[in-house]
Amino acid sequence: MEQLNLKNSDFEPLEKKHEDAEKIAGESTSFWKDAWRRFKKNKLALAGIVVIVILGILSFIGGPISGQNYYENDLIGSNQPPSAEHWFGTDSLGRDMFARTWYGAKISLFIGLMAAFIDLIIGVIWGAVSGFFGGKIDEYMMRIADILYGVPYLLVVILLMVIMPQGLWTLIIAMTITGWINMARIVRGQVMQLRSEEYVMASQSLGASNSRILFRHLVPNTLGPVLVTLTLTIPNAIFTEAFLSYLGLGVPAPLASWGTMSSDALPALQYYPYQLFFPAFFICLTMLAFNIIGDAMRDALDPKERK
Amino acid sequence: MNWKKWSLLLALVFAMSIFLAACGGDDSSSNEGGDDTDTAEEGSSGEEGDSGETALADDQTFNVNIKTEPPSLHPGKASDTTSSAVLDQIFEGLTRINQDGEPENAMASDIQTSEDLTTYTFTIRDGATWSNGDPVTAQDFEYAWKWVLNPDSPDTDYAYQLYPIKNAAEAKAGDVPLDEVGITAKDDKTLVVELAQPTPYFLQLTAFHTYYPVNKNVVDGKTEWATDVSENYVTNGPFTMESWAHKDQIVLKKNADYWDAENVKLETINMYMVEDENTELQMYKNGELDWAGSPTGSIPLAAIPSLKEDGSLNISPKAGIYYYSFNTEVEPFNNVNIRKAFAYAINRQGIVDSITKGEQQPAMALVPPSIFEENKEGYFEDNNVEKAKELLEKGMEELGIDKLPVVKVTYNTDEGHAAIAQAIQDMWRENLGVEVELNNEEWNVFLDTMGEGNYQVGRMGWIADFNDAINFLEIFQSVGGNNYTNWENEEYSALLEKSRTETDPDARREILREAEALFMEELPLAPIYFYTNLWLNKDYVKGIEVSPMGSFNLKWGYIAEH
Amino acid sequence: MARYLLKRLGFILVSLFFIVTITFFLMQAAPGGPFASERKLPPVIEQQMNEQYGLNDPLYQQYFDYLVNIVQWDFGPSFKYVGQSVNDIISRSFPYSLILGAEAIFLALSIGILLGVIAALKHNKFGDYFAMVIAVLGISVPSFILASVLQYVFAVKLEMLPVARFESFAHTILPAIALATTPLAFIARLMRSSMLDVLNSDYIKTAKAKGLNERIVTYRHAIRNAILPVVSYLGPLVVAILTGSFVIEKIFAIPGLGNEFVVSVTNRDYTVIMGTTVFFSVLLLVSILIVDLIYGLVDPRIKVAGKGDK
Repeated sequence: MEQLNLKNSDFEPLEKKHEDAEKIAGESTSFWKDAWRRFKKNKLALAGIVVIVILGILSFIGGPISGQNYYENDLIGSNQPPSAEHWFGTDSLGRDMFARTWYGAKISLFIGLMAAFIDLIIGVIWGAVSGFFGGKIDEYMMRIADILYGVPYLLVVILLMVIMPQGLWTLIIAMTITGWINMARIVRGQVMQLRSEEYVMASQSLGASNSRILFRHLVPNTLGPVLVTLTLTIPNAIFTEAFLSYLGLGVPAPLASWGTMSSDALPALQYYPYQLFFPAFFICLTMLAFNIIGDAMRDALDPKERK
Repeated sequence: MNWKKWSLLLALVFAMSIFLAACGGDDSSSNEGGDDTDTAEEGSSGEEGDSGETALADDQTFNVNIKTEPPSLHPGKASDTTSSAVLDQIFEGLTRINQDGEPENAMASDIQTSEDLTTYTFTIRDGATWSNGDPVTAQDFEYAWKWVLNPDSPDTDYAYQLYPIKNAAEAKAGDVPLDEVGITAKDDKTLVVELAQPTPYFLQLTAFHTYYPVNKNVVDGKTEWATDVSENYVTNGPFTMESWAHKDQIVLKKNADYWDAENVKLETINMYMVEDENTELQMYKNGELDWAGSPTGSIPLAAIPSLKEDGSLNISPKAGIYYYSFNTEVEPFNNVNIRKAFAYAINRQGIVDSITKGEQQPAMALVPPSIFEENKEGYFEDNNVEKAKELLEKGMEELGIDKLPVVKVTYNTDEGHAAIAQAIQDMWRENLGVEVELNNEEWNVFLDTMGEGNYQVGRMGWIADFNDAINFLEIFQSVGGNNYTNWENEEYSALLEKSRTETDPDARREILREAEALFMEELPLAPIYFYTNLWLNKDYVKGIEVSPMGSFNLKWGYIAEH
Repeated sequence: MARYLLKRLGFILVSLFFIVTITFFLMQAAPGGPFASERKLPPVIEQQMNEQYGLNDPLYQQYFDYLVNIVQWDFGPSFKYVGQSVNDIISRSFPYSLILGAEAIFLALSIGILLGVIAALKHNKFGDYFAMVIAVLGISVPSFILASVLQYVFAVKLEMLPVARFESFAHTILPAIALATTPLAFIARLMRSSMLDVLNSDYIKTAKAKGLNERIVTYRHAIRNAILPVVSYLGPLVVAILTGSFVIEKIFAIPGLGNEFVVSVTNRDYTVIMGTTVFFSVLLLVSILIVDLIYGLVDPRIKVAGKGDK
């Protein structure tokens, strides 16, 4: 074996970059891989995902497989209990409840996901920036949020419904116009708390840029509360739509959502309970699924729980 | 992991059981109202023969829902049915609409009419007193009416109810001094009223709340006397107001000083303000209300079939029409044949049977059958699809189009309106092959849209103020006001003017029929159905009738022993 | 501290000014007016009504008049309820909402925190699942459905409680439960999640390692820190319960302020809309301020002065 001759000159120091120092902290992919590995272990959460996926698929194929459509009236066959022809029965206009339930699923899920998504984006950025920089920026950003929050929500919704053409997007925009504030406040609270943690200081003293600290360290560490909030934003959006339906401001007919369906069925509670049962049951099931997923994600993403 | 499965199961079982608890055994509870009735009662709670024979209950308390806070309990300011329902019990006009729907003498003991039907002389009843003991005088009426017609009096939206009186409209506009209005108190007991033209239904109007007197000595110079119960809130009706908890509850007590007090049986009336109709029904079933539905509340649509089945639902005709207004200025509804095609292609019986379910009359005319009995049949055949197709073809030819544009139906947001609109959308699509778009709007936006004529087809309704055909026909005499159709017709207007000077009732009726026939030939709107009153009352509630105008007199009501 | 408070109060006033301005003009932009009715008024009368309520004045004048009145805490007369002032309406209806809201907040906070703590302490054990089942049920059922079902089961079927209205404590039980359920579930989950975070943190482990009594660790250290996210939720909670009570107030026929607000919007009762908006905003802004102060007290890391310490 040949002797390896090494001189000092064979070595040269690497250029010292703060980024590199930072990179040693760990591979980002492994964090998510890790999370996924832990998430997979939670069978209940997987069941939740399966439920959501099935609901999602049924929302597209539910109508067609029953051979009925969601809008066709049959005044003679109104208020029929579930039967071989109408699997979930018919409503007060004789429309097939099965087809309507899945059509409603599409609308409700869309509203929930869309509203949650918009809330998430605006809320997290706003809250994180505000919480991290603190001082004047925080002050102003939070005041703007307060002002928006102080405008009664319902008035905004009604006015927007009036000024803008009535429809799905009006509803979503009206809902998110103040909906993100909650998220922003929670993220801000977390960021303010985390910002004085040692690892942030460490990273700062290593010269990491603000945006790096913010989006690399702080935001991922707020994921726990954010996910909990998020899994509640989806039901909240679906609820708000239902609440608005109760006021007659839900999605306009002949569109149908679970919210409008349950609020339409409410007066019939004692007479045709199945009309309320199906939309309400699927609202519950959806909420349940989202919550279980949210919890599981929280457990999986929380680095502190890594053993 | 086991626990997780368990808890999921638990959650579902929980949810299910709440539902099952909610659904189970509704038969037993929904029967309550109709237990003792052998057949479905139609129309009346106090069938003839009942009165006088039934023993009175010791507790003469009547609980009813009036839905909302009455916007005003000032007879001159009130302009809505809730306020009216309260005022009708605590005030009294010169006349009162009796159980048969006819005006009878109330504050007036004698009424003289001149030959030409334009001068009325009322003699105020002896023993007519205010609740503070003052006698009711002719001056009280003169003061009350002229106050409403004073251009400076605030919140007098219903002043136009007084417009049949000579110079009333002119005085309200400020063009004529109040002294020249045809209202004169000759002495304490004699009131002379001159009308602008013969008004055959004037004695119905004098029973209306805008025509009620106020106690001049007490309220003159006070602006806010009617906003709360106080020593200034002096009334002259069968009941007095005991308390008024705003937005919550009004309590009325029998007025011992009322001239006809011996015929007033109820001692206490609790008027609750419960907005939600389901809650109202639940309270009725739970025995917290003795009455639910018309005229002051409403019955949830979904509950109607089962209430009808168990025989507890009361139904009586109401002088009102539900219709779809055509905007006669926009294509294609500027063509009469197209309008007819759309009107004929509606299956009214289907709508009434399956959606509104309250035994409403399909409307193929404008004036309700309670006024023109012939209108049970109407001017055309319901659901005449063949004829509709023919007319559509003809109309399209006249317009020179071979395809109908998308038609937009506008209505205000409401479960019932939406259901009807969707059904009609379906009928037009199927029968006429036309694409129909639905546009629902919030109430105020809707009124704005309609008022600006920014629509093609719009839902509308009209409920009579008084029981006369002119009340329906004159809406369409000219464009504007409540006529959203943009339709006017000289011949039609001339007929109505002619009817106003006709003093012979039969000849007048003929003229009005002629006008209606002309209207139905032009058809600026598609009539859908004539309204009905729907209500529930406990079996022991007797002597209360719901009038076709949607009001009731509790004066004659009583609670039978039970 | 005094200076900080003063500054915050100043911000509240600025916020209120913006809110008043935004709502005023948004409201004016909405179609329809307070005297719109299916039965059209004769134009002469409508004109007189507009004159009497100052609606014929130019918009800027209406706006300035309104600002001046608001500074004097005078919200003007209601357009719909003749002779009633908006101040009257607020002062008669707010107590109902307040009592109901207080009951609901008490329920939501006490039970929500309790469930959250139990769930965290018994992580992945029966207690956890039991608490979370309740929480999940709570957020799964929309309040108006829950309220109707509760009303039907407990009042109509079982006849245990009154159906509706607000006369005694018994009348408030169902609406308070219906109103509290969603926030209760939210708080329980929030509490569980943050309690778990805290229990896993080093200082708790240290405290335990030092042999501190388990109970003391839980109560003195863990809960106090874990409650922070719940505290930051308090402001929105108060407003959500006060305004969100609208549906509950409607179902149970309670003459509260939430109901008043929604009715006024459909009526275009401008002064009532503005009055309730301003009132709710004041309530909200003050409760946010209080929450911030409490936040500062419970979490020493956050300086009340809010100065950037970077």
